[in-house]
Amino acid sequence: MAIVTVGKKACSVNPLKMSQPIGGAFAFMGLRGSMPLLHGSQGCTSFGLTLFVRHFKEAVPLQTTAMSEVATVLGGYENVEQAILNIYNRTKPEIIGICSTGVTETKGDDVEGYIRLIRQKHPQLATFPLVYVPTPDFKDAFQDGWEKTVARMVEVLVETPKTAARRDPKQVNVLPGCHLTPGDIDEIRTIIEDFGLEPSFLPDLAGSLDGHIPEEFVPTTIGGIGVEEVATMGLASWTIAIGAQMRRAAEAMEKKTGTPFKLFERLCGLLPNDEFLVFLSEISGRPVPLKYRRQRGQLADAMLDAHFHIGGRKLAIGAEPDLLFDLSSMLQEMGAKVTAAVTTTQSPVLERIKTEEVLIGDLEDLENLAKDRGCDLLIAHSHGRQAAERLKIPFYRAGFPMFDRLGAGHQLSVGYRGTRDLIFDIANLIIADHEDNRQPTPDTWRIEGAGAPGEGVAASLH
Amino acid sequence: MSSLSATIQDVFNEPGCGKNANKSEAERKKGCTKQLQPGGAAGGCAFDGAKIALQPLTDVAHLVHGPIACEGNSWDNRGAKSSGSNIWRTGFTTDINETDVVFGGEKRLYKAVKEIIEKYDPPAVFVYQTCVPAMIGDDINAVCKAASQKFGKPVIPVNSPGFVGPKNLGNKLAGEALLEHVIGTQEPDFTTPYDLNIIGEYNLSGELWQVKPLLDELGIRIFSCISGDGKYREVAYSHRARAAMMVCSKAMINVARKMEERYGIPFFEGSFYGIEDTSDSLREIARLLIERGAPDELMARTEAVIVREEAKAWATIEPYKPRFAGKKVLLITGGVKSWSVVAALQEAGLELVGTSVKKSTKEDKERIKELMGQDAHMIDDMTPREMYKMLKDAKADIMLSGGKSQFVALKAAMPWLDINQERSHAYMGYVGMVKLVSEIDKALFNPVWEQLRRPAPWENAGKNWQAKAIAQMDAEAAELAADPEAAEKARRARKICHCKTVDLGTIEDAIAAHALTTRDGVKQHTNASGGCGACAGRIEDILAALPATAMPAVPVLQAAE
Repeated sequence: MAIVTVGKKACSVNPLKMSQPIGGAFAFMGLRGSMPLLHGSQGCTSFGLTLFVRHFKEAVPLQTTAMSEVATVLGGYENVEQAILNIYNRTKPEIIGICSTGVTETKGDDVEGYIRLIRQKHPQLATFPLVYVPTPDFKDAFQDGWEKTVARMVEVLVETPKTAARRDPKQVNVLPGCHLTPGDIDEIRTIIEDFGLEPSFLPDLAGSLDGHIPEEFVPTTIGGIGVEEVATMGLASWTIAIGAQMRRAAEAMEKKTGTPFKLFERLCGLLPNDEFLVFLSEISGRPVPLKYRRQRGQLADAMLDAHFHIGGRKLAIGAEPDLLFDLSSMLQEMGAKVTAAVTTTQSPVLERIKTEEVLIGDLEDLENLAKDRGCDLLIAHSHGRQAAERLKIPFYRAGFPMFDRLGAGHQLSVGYRGTRDLIFDIANLIIADHEDNRQPTPDTWRIEGAGAPGEGVAASLH
Repeated sequence: MSSLSATIQDVFNEPGCGKNANKSEAERKKGCTKQLQPGGAAGGCAFDGAKIALQPLTDVAHLVHGPIACEGNSWDNRGAKSSGSNIWRTGFTTDINETDVVFGGEKRLYKAVKEIIEKYDPPAVFVYQTCVPAMIGDDINAVCKAASQKFGKPVIPVNSPGFVGPKNLGNKLAGEALLEHVIGTQEPDFTTPYDLNIIGEYNLSGELWQVKPLLDELGIRIFSCISGDGKYREVAYSHRARAAMMVCSKAMINVARKMEERYGIPFFEGSFYGIEDTSDSLREIARLLIERGAPDELMARTEAVIVREEAKAWATIEPYKPRFAGKKVLLITGGVKSWSVVAALQEAGLELVGTSVKKSTKEDKERIKELMGQDAHMIDDMTPREMYKMLKDAKADIMLSGGKSQFVALKAAMPWLDINQERSHAYMGYVGMVKLVSEIDKALFNPVWEQLRRPAPWENAGKNWQAKAIAQMDAEAAELAADPEAAEKARRARKICHCKTVDLGTIEDAIAAHALTTRDGVKQHTNASGGCGACAGRIEDILAALPATAMPAVPVLQAAE
């Protein structure tokens, strides 16, 4: 329905987009005992590290090959070797995940080749899990980095089941997109387990970045899915992929192990969750538990209560494709009008967003569109705060990074319960804004009526 | 790239740099290119440093030429404050793509400058070079020159690709860009004998405004601040100031020194952290201005303000002192803060068990020794586990550090306070000191600690992280006590010189083998004290103690010092 256009500016102003390698590193943070390693100069890593720490308020493992100018020109073999050895010896990880950056891609470092050489030279690394993903900064965006990395994890770490191996009907794989928070993952896990199924999440950011006091201080990731569990994912009866970005990994899984997959492009909203629970009921052979029947009723009631406030809102939303699709679809179903939509990278879901145009651009574009089209609700990650301030419209923070509020890791948008809470949050934001800033006075009536007769009425009908 | 490497060499030859002054001619040529170990902890890069140093110039458009990582991952991440324009908070980047990497990004850069000038019309555009365009050979100097001429507006190249070195080098390269392209290019409307430059102050959380009222009261004009709450024009005419105060010498010493050289603006290094330091700085400002022609009566007025403000601050801090009796602080920060905050905390009656000197200069370290005594716990670089041991071993009650190490303290249920750039409170001047003290009080006495230190009722108390770490450390100590050989080994492994990584054993052996009696002798044979020189005192202590008996055993944990 929507036409996808790509911005033509030479200068990106107030970027919405973040780079691909840190999306990849983020995926590696969902593995247990993992150390993500960016092959690039120090800043590539340190910016990402700061970003993650500000968002999650957790210690974040992330390492760099610390490429100097000379090493960059001559090639980074030695830096990769040294980095792997240092991490292997010092932090005793269970896996090292390597992402390239713009610097090393421009030079054209053959990291796969380096890894083969390193394995030959150091027999202790011969079978040690090293996963490499090429992720140049000058291409694609955060979500693409995650997408490629999870697909690569499947290709490298999942074992092809032996022909005799019997599939475990209880075991299901879940491949969550990067738009889901650790809180979302916990919620999905609970729902799946309530059907008597045993889910394995790849990657599993819950337990890794969900806020916790660790038993021991460890320099690698804590929690997350273990490498040996990933290896057995081929024995699952189903793979559930969440978000269009996960199609690639789901297909890789099917190709390698024969496990069929079902893709849920979104899990926010009434109908997507109906579909999800019916599917779980079918594959588990169990009825939908009473708990979810009640939650469905609560969501339906929340929708009734909130549609007065959300209905008719002209929404400006800036987010990565899957999150954009997810949230804008739900709000559109609540009666909001998706009036300005900006995203970071190409995706098949963009065309299906119920709006006229989706722009691959930046927050300046979003701000201008929102201003021109009179939007009265803005959704973006924390960097959208400046635009919302200038536009003087209510601002809901969603996505990564969310550095100026607490609880980013636990924000919920999935399941009946998550959707219900999200709807309340957004509706309350609108109500508060209305009370604080939109109370009519004799003067406001006069000014609005004087300018263009009928405009006020037309706007409220949208 | 030749002019960039020349600039870098020039920065390395900085005569005002304490580290440099200690090096031989040959070593100095090598510069400070000591690269971080691959797979070791990650600090920022030169681009990061340049951006940090210049971004607080508030009315300038800061355009990052590079792939999305450099700006998209990092913009709007610092809390400098502006009294006027907000354009510095806008993220501008060329966000170069694959095509640019193949065919070059100069055209895109030029167009980007054009777009910015058309849309935002800033007084100047700063263009930051990053790794990828540097590799493909984009000549930002040429593009900036062309754009400058075409649009009739300063377009300043900041040549600081990340891979040329660490953050600190980037700070200095930023300074060089100002020296080369900005400072001295405009003239002020008028000057007064009270015109002061402040260099290396970034107005984080609006800190500068805690001091500005005092300067205003004295009639001293902040002529130009490089770069906190700075405006392009002010920097451009900053060469007409009478005197300068250097706040963070680690970052911008080259700017202060070269401005003294070129324009005869004398500078001093001072701090507005802590009551006495603030007073000293005010006095020094008055002295320098009088020296350059301000009336003598300025000093008397300054003293009067100092007396009044000190009395007020002391009176406010007084009630905290009994609460702080016996409370200990571990300070993990760097540079100028490693001593300026020490003074501040001591004034409040807190005891310091250690301070980090990771980014400190020789002068910084000398000051720490002055404040904390010869055997001050100066911590160079620590792993998180070591930090925790340090917290435990020194029985510190609170840790003050930057955001990245906060979790070491917090997860150990230890009070922690952010004193680095991401902090949300301002700690400068007399009022800032009072604020710091009240924040420490809030953190120390928060009832939350008591609850958090309790294990869950169903958990074995001996199994949590703290208990395990304590048990592990006790076991190590017991092992050493039981095994004199291991104890001796641990004693000898104690690091004496951190810069050159020389341990006690090596020094003792050298003394014995060559019958050394002087510190220079030790330096010749072991290279100890060949770096920052902070360990000179410790070596002299070793020399003094040795002939009589062997050194007393040192607990192994102190090795973390």
